[in-house]
Amino acid sequence: MNFKLSEEQSMLKESVSRFVRERYDFDMRKEVIKTAGGYSPDYWSTFAELGWLSIPFAEKYGGFGGTIEDVAVVMEEMGKGIVVEPYIPTVLMLGQLLSLSRNDPLKEKYIPKIIDGSCLGAFAFLERQARYQFTDIRTTGTQQGGHFIVNGEKAVVFNGGNADVIAITVRSSGEQCDRHGVTVLFLESDTPGIEITSYQMMDGQMAANMVFKDVLVPHNNVLGTVNSGTELVEAMIPLVLLASSAEALGIMTSLNDLTVNYAKTRNQFGAPISSFQALQHRMVDNFMAVEQSRSMLYRGLCAYADEGAEDQNERLRSLHAMKVVVAKSAKRVGEEAVQIHGGMGMTDDLNIGHYLKRLISIATLFGDADFHQKRFNELSYSTI
Amino acid sequence: MDVNFTQEDLAFRDEVRTFFEEEYDFDLAKQLFNDRAGNYKSAIVAWQKKLHKKGWIAPGWPIEFGGSGWTVTQRYIFECERGRLGIPDAVPFGLKMVGPVIYTFGNEQQKERFLPRILRSDDWWCQGYSEPSAGSDLASLQTSAELVGDEYIVNGQKVWTTFAQFADWIFCLVRTSKEIRKQQGISFLLIDMKSPGVSIKPIITIDGKHSLNEVLFEDVKVPVENLIGEQDQGWTYAKALLIHERAGIAEVADSRSSLNALKAQAADEICGGTAIIEDPVFQMRLSDIETELMALEYTELRVLASMAEGGMPGPESSFLKIKGTEIRQAISELALQLVAYYGGALDTNLEPGVLGHDFASQARVNYMYGRAASIYGGSNEVQRNVIAKMVLGV
Repeated sequence: MNFKLSEEQSMLKESVSRFVRERYDFDMRKEVIKTAGGYSPDYWSTFAELGWLSIPFAEKYGGFGGTIEDVAVVMEEMGKGIVVEPYIPTVLMLGQLLSLSRNDPLKEKYIPKIIDGSCLGAFAFLERQARYQFTDIRTTGTQQGGHFIVNGEKAVVFNGGNADVIAITVRSSGEQCDRHGVTVLFLESDTPGIEITSYQMMDGQMAANMVFKDVLVPHNNVLGTVNSGTELVEAMIPLVLLASSAEALGIMTSLNDLTVNYAKTRNQFGAPISSFQALQHRMVDNFMAVEQSRSMLYRGLCAYADEGAEDQNERLRSLHAMKVVVAKSAKRVGEEAVQIHGGMGMTDDLNIGHYLKRLISIATLFGDADFHQKRFNELSYSTI
Repeated sequence: MDVNFTQEDLAFRDEVRTFFEEEYDFDLAKQLFNDRAGNYKSAIVAWQKKLHKKGWIAPGWPIEFGGSGWTVTQRYIFECERGRLGIPDAVPFGLKMVGPVIYTFGNEQQKERFLPRILRSDDWWCQGYSEPSAGSDLASLQTSAELVGDEYIVNGQKVWTTFAQFADWIFCLVRTSKEIRKQQGISFLLIDMKSPGVSIKPIITIDGKHSLNEVLFEDVKVPVENLIGEQDQGWTYAKALLIHERAGIAEVADSRSSLNALKAQAADEICGGTAIIEDPVFQMRLSDIETELMALEYTELRVLASMAEGGMPGPESSFLKIKGTEIRQAISELALQLVAYYGGALDTNLEPGVLGHDFASQARVNYMYGRAASIYGGSNEVQRNVIAKMVLGV
């Protein structure tokens, strides 16, 4: 049994941590968010140079051949700076759909570009009626000749406006909400017929709505197999859940540190407010919430890594439970940080509220705590 | 990072399973453990003697004193299997409390005299810490021990003493001098419960049972060789004890076992033609607890792994205690909610099953006695103070 970082992971952690400390303080982040693209191409190049974009990709495509645990190490540190650069949409969503797809020509062509920073990605999976049920798809992909003809609209496509390449879920057969009949297609964002409306989310991340009108996608651009896209997406989602939980952990750690330090310096009634037991106990509860989240992240990472587990049900249960504990803790720790900072916590100039916003967004990603708790319940109780 | 079991670990797991299944008397245990005042002592002692014979009674002790010499993983496996089968933990007072103090701070004679009897469960120990005016503020204790010749004369009163009615020995914190700092001047004394002047008064708790007692000392003579370590240094030893034995302080295995029992009961209890386990609201309540328990299990593993690497235990025991007892109480609350009206019925002479399920009465007892969990061993509020001081530095 071992919960320590490897030497390589420790170096990785230190490298991201130094970047955040030296080049991503709160003022610098504000500058990044103000730019038209909402991210810094310079920083993205730095990520490429430092090898962070290569971590989960296979060595034969120029990747580092790392694990999701390595990615988690990076994400935890990124969380401390609320880094807005589109790592999750590019490297994990689009990048891992590609990696898991077995579409070798596309992998050979695009993975090296993702790794060298010249190709940003997005995954268009959400439709306005779908909420957390990603198989609820109205966008159609009609096969004609060697092509799919795509028509429909996708909403809140993270990094959609900046993406060079996009993966999209289409309904290729069956009814609107069927699991079967979903196909994942890969296309360049400048393909004719795509209309993109870009906007910023509360956490500083960029997103876009995308309308597809008679967009032609060659059959060779199918990721996975036709009509079985659901399985491919479900293979990718755990990676995003693990990575974003690690990011949330970094954010919560920072929030607790900032809050305790603030409480020690803020004087009221002639004493630092940290001397008040009512606040001490709340800060202890926040500390425990973060430790429980870390434990759950580790449990999730260990479960995910144990591919050959006898009990596959238990693997899934661990991942759902991780999301439940992390999302609940995130909400708690974020809200408490605002509360203990008092009026200061309400100001847009202070970073506290911005950490909270990112935590709320992470809690929502691919299903909130309630959604995952229901899945957990189905796996745990209904079969008795 | 990995939690994978080696081939040796898997073989060990099989050995533990086989041993439990062959040696533990599940039918007998069901009857005996429901009755604290009756046959509880003989049942648990018989089981502990089997564990001792196998060499598994003291996983946390150093091998030289009779410990099992297990790795962190083996201890985890043992606990998992124990929880899975619902086998109770060994009584902690001798094995987890006074034993480690004796082998750490006691002299050779004390080790030879007491440790083998603790391992064999020949002596039943109880803990003499709390007093009427010393609860969370334990260092305010007033029971006095005055050295006269080669004997201490002990006078005073201990309270909330669990299972004193079974005990052969009590380990006590007593005041041997009045220093300005109340933590100084406390000594750690082992007292034979058969000594003249020791008396016990039962305290019936809100579960209707007799687990707790007052223990009174009136001019009790205790030979000086029963002093652990140095006089006036007892507080140091007691504190070391508190952070010494953290394996199991979160009671993860026992919570796992109660939760499994609760799930099975929820499948048996019907409302409107549907089993309660199918009720989405009840499922949410169950998984609120179960997800926290899954996290706590890894929190405990992280603490154990860090200790195996030589890490010094800090405030983690407070953390494990708070979370562990919160979860235990939450399970007992949901179990009582499950049995609805029937949970309110006191033990009756009705045939089993006439008044709801058999588990209804036990749910009430567990819930009521379970209220103590956030009070004993340093109340959860005091534990939060400890964490605030040690981790947050406030």
